[in-house]
Amino acid sequence: MPRVSAWFVRTALCHLVVGFTVGALLLADKGVPIAPGLWTLRAAHVEVLLMGWIVQLVMGVAVWILPRFAVRRAPQRSAVTAWLAFALLNGGVLCVALGGGWVMVGRLAEIAAAVSIVAHLWGRVSPAGLSAI
Amino acid sequence: MPPLSRWYIKGALLYLVAALLVGVAMTGPAYVHMLVVGWITQMIFGVAYWMFPKYAPDAPRGNNAVAVATFVLLNVGLLLRVVVEPVRAWRPDLLPGWLLIVAAAAQWLAGVGFAVTTWPRVKEK
Repeated sequence: MPRVSAWFVRTALCHLVVGFTVGALLLADKGVPIAPGLWTLRAAHVEVLLMGWIVQLVMGVAVWILPRFAVRRAPQRSAVTAWLAFALLNGGVLCVALGGGWVMVGRLAEIAAAVSIVAHLWGRVSPAGLSAI
Repeated sequence: MPPLSRWYIKGALLYLVAALLVGVAMTGPAYVHMLVVGWITQMIFGVAYWMFPKYAPDAPRGNNAVAVATFVLLNVGLLLRVVVEPVRAWRPDLLPGWLLIVAAAAQWLAGVGFAVTTWPRVKEK
């Protein structure tokens, strides 16, 4: 798989472990109370697993799997938009997980990541053969 | 498709139907986790186990025992959660709280197991 996909997928795996760790602590706390302060991490748990794990893995696999004719036509632009989406998504997840005033910054970064990955993938979604024209 | 991927994907499909049935009666954390863990995450685990680059020619999907343990732990942990959590919310005296610790530990081990077995299969080309 391309380098940027490998980074997307590896980072998604890191988010999976972090998100599951926080989730396990929260679930355990429901059974036997450990620390009430744990529940301040609930929003971060949701963000890390939804955006950091699921959305990020889907982006990485899409960049890997979708047809690459458009990438061959404009390799520089394709690489920039994919890496930009990676950086913005992970910066966004971090900001949202921090909470407080960082949440809006994070959400804007995630929107920019979405726009960037759409710019990267849009031209690669086409019937077989047509994208080579 | 390897047998373990078939188990994952069929498990994911069952959770999809079960979650939507449960959702008619209640939409608490158990319902959300049936969808997000039982359906989406389990489907990802199954397809990744099947489709990701090979680990090695003689062991294309890495350590089989860890992969099977990951599947068992994910499903045992989730099933325990979706039974124990709503029951305890209704009648806390009916089931002991430590069952949720077991459910949490099982799912956490499954997440770590998947990450550990998948990491070496993420190969740049």
